[in-house]
Amino acid sequence: MKSLGSIRRSFAPWNDPQARPFISFRNVTKRFGDFTAVDDLSLDIHEREFFALLGASGCGKSTLLRMLAGFEHPTSGAILLDGQDLAGIPPYRRPVNMMFQSYALFPHMSVEANIAFGLKQDGMPKPQIEARVKEMLKLVRLEQFARRKPHQLSGGQRQRVALARSVAKRPKVLLLDEPLGALDKKLREATQFELMDLQQELGLTFLVVTHDQEEAMTMADRIAIMDRGKVMQVATPAEVYEAPASRFVADFVGNVNILEGTVSERSGDAATITGASGAQIRVENAGAAAAGSAVAFAIRPEKIRVSSRRPEGAANVMEGEIWDLAYLGDMTVYHVRLADGQVVKASALNSSRTVDDPLSWEDRAWISFAPDAGVVLTR
Amino acid sequence: MARAIETTTGGEAAARAGAQAGEGPGTRLAAALASRFVILVPYLWLLFFFLVPFGIVFKISLSHTAIAMPPYTPVLGLGEGLAGLFAGLRELSFENYLWLVDDALYLNAYVSSVVIAAVSTLLTLVVGYPLAYAMARAPGSLRPVLLMLVILPFWTSFLIRVYAWIGILKPEGLLNQFLMWVGVIDTPLLIMNTHTAIFIGIVYSYLPFMVLPLYATLEKMDFSLIEAAQDLGCPPMSAFWKITFPLSLPGVVAGCLLVFIPAVGEFVIPDLLGGSQTLMIGKTLWNEFFANRDWPVASAVAIILLLILVLPIMFFQRAQARAQEQER
Ligand SMILES: Nc1ncnc2c1ncn2[C@@H]1O[C@H](COP(=O)(O)OP(=O)(O)O)[C@@H](O)[C@H]1O
Ligand SMILES: [Mg+2]
Repeated sequence: MKSLGSIRRSFAPWNDPQARPFISFRNVTKRFGDFTAVDDLSLDIHEREFFALLGASGCGKSTLLRMLAGFEHPTSGAILLDGQDLAGIPPYRRPVNMMFQSYALFPHMSVEANIAFGLKQDGMPKPQIEARVKEMLKLVRLEQFARRKPHQLSGGQRQRVALARSVAKRPKVLLLDEPLGALDKKLREATQFELMDLQQELGLTFLVVTHDQEEAMTMADRIAIMDRGKVMQVATPAEVYEAPASRFVADFVGNVNILEGTVSERSGDAATITGASGAQIRVENAGAAAAGSAVAFAIRPEKIRVSSRRPEGAANVMEGEIWDLAYLGDMTVYHVRLADGQVVKASALNSSRTVDDPLSWEDRAWISFAPDAGVVLTR
Repeated sequence: MARAIETTTGGEAAARAGAQAGEGPGTRLAAALASRFVILVPYLWLLFFFLVPFGIVFKISLSHTAIAMPPYTPVLGLGEGLAGLFAGLRELSFENYLWLVDDALYLNAYVSSVVIAAVSTLLTLVVGYPLAYAMARAPGSLRPVLLMLVILPFWTSFLIRVYAWIGILKPEGLLNQFLMWVGVIDTPLLIMNTHTAIFIGIVYSYLPFMVLPLYATLEKMDFSLIEAAQDLGCPPMSAFWKITFPLSLPGVVAGCLLVFIPAVGEFVIPDLLGGSQTLMIGKTLWNEFFANRDWPVASAVAIILLLILVLPIMFFQRAQARAQEQER
């Protein structure tokens, strides 16, 4: 069996200008009264993609999903599936299935009957339904629980029934609203990989909603970061993390230090950014930031080195004092207070069990980083 | 039975624990008595207000009519000593029940009562279900108001409300006036003194008893289940019958029992709206008691009525308990 990664590596239809998107949100707006839940949003998702909508609670993720499923109707804009406008098609005729946040299992039906429900609606012949139900039960490893009622199952088992029920009909698109939200941490991590395997095995398009960035980063081919009904960035997990498009995205995903300043010098791609206190940061690629413009320099803690002596030959060096530190076992997080008062977070992997001259509170310290370690943000 | 065993073993365990803790036997006894007493109160209540009256009515049903006060013999008592009591007991007989079987009037009254009550219950369900559903789906802020409106009629006398229906249903009543004014009919409808009037009266009077339990179950229901059904390809109407209705069955059953049981023995509605020719057991009972002054036969009628109502309920509950057992 081929590993997931090897299949995944070559999969990037979004880079192909010829590829037609499978799902298209075109300038979709949804208002509830005078509250705008989804705001002029456009988004393309490709066939067989594992796509994640990531955003804080209340930013309109579920609303977007429910519009695709047909439970809510866009105030304006259009949603296309495989080239077909979905407007006016009721939920029960759309070739998408949804796994609900609450699972929404039918409490009066057995596990079997729950899974068979959608197949019966299609008028599938009985022997075929039985075969498909068996197959689904095997897929989610619930063969022994076929006759049980939902209330006799654990949270994890219910989650798998909901999953089996929603994929039983082999929908073109599977919508998952916080599919792992109700599970505990260990189970959640294990299930993330199961979901990825399942998606590959069935070859479906998955659109998953989550507010957990780790979950989105683990599972998704691409992530859309949402904020107040708008998409802030659509990119692969690595791009979102290493090349965030705005302060919001940089701040939302993972830990980040944001240093404000102005571009004091530009030569080709490279630039120098000068902070309010006069500290200078040399960057290799400043993108589109024009000379003289106000920008933010964003750098992740693990890309900053902390040392007790002034490092030689580093492109960017700043002096400060250890303000706070946290030993987390696998790594240590330092909060270094710079001369201008700004506190910078830096993390160091504890790759050996002992350190020669450990840094402690209020020690002098130098931080250093490479010219390509951070990104320049204009938004 | 199981409960009794449990309490004794529980008591023993408590006693042992108490002995180990070195408490005096007096406090243990007091605590045990207190806990027994708490359980006892509801049983005493049932004994005095249900079982004893039932026993009295049952005894009267085994007596004979007499022109006396009270109008039956024997009057059991200890006035003539134990021997007198036993002599009285020997006089009791089931002849009143045989009388009920002999005269087709009673059987017809029972059957007709059950049929009228069943039809009315069904009609109440048909009217009440959409009402309860709409209430359960109404915005949260509106629900207490709607609930209040359902309960509101209870604030006026039941008798007066049934009288009011005479004014509406009689040939020259409000309904006929309205329909003739609109031009739907030329001659007044004869609704008063028919079964239709009884159905209207029962549906109107008992609607809250149907709506409240239905509302309670529907309100608890997770609406995302309907969405899930639709998502899986089920049109709304079909989703109602496959999801909503089965899940509201406990409410349906409770509502139907709450309407059916009092409707079978209903007296005021058939008497006021149904006219003289309707045959319902409540009216028969009233006639036996007050027109014929035949207390023993009236009591026998009441006992049989109770059996007719209690037996199906017991069977139903047994069946339900068994179904739940199987689910475990
Ligand atoms: N039916 C509705 N009526 C009014 N407001 C709604 C409705 N559904 C969602 N909203 C509002 O829209 C916003 C986005 O909701 P939702 O899409 O559920 O967010 P989330 O990203 O947490 O899934 C929330 O502020 C919510 O209160
Ligand atoms: Mg949500």
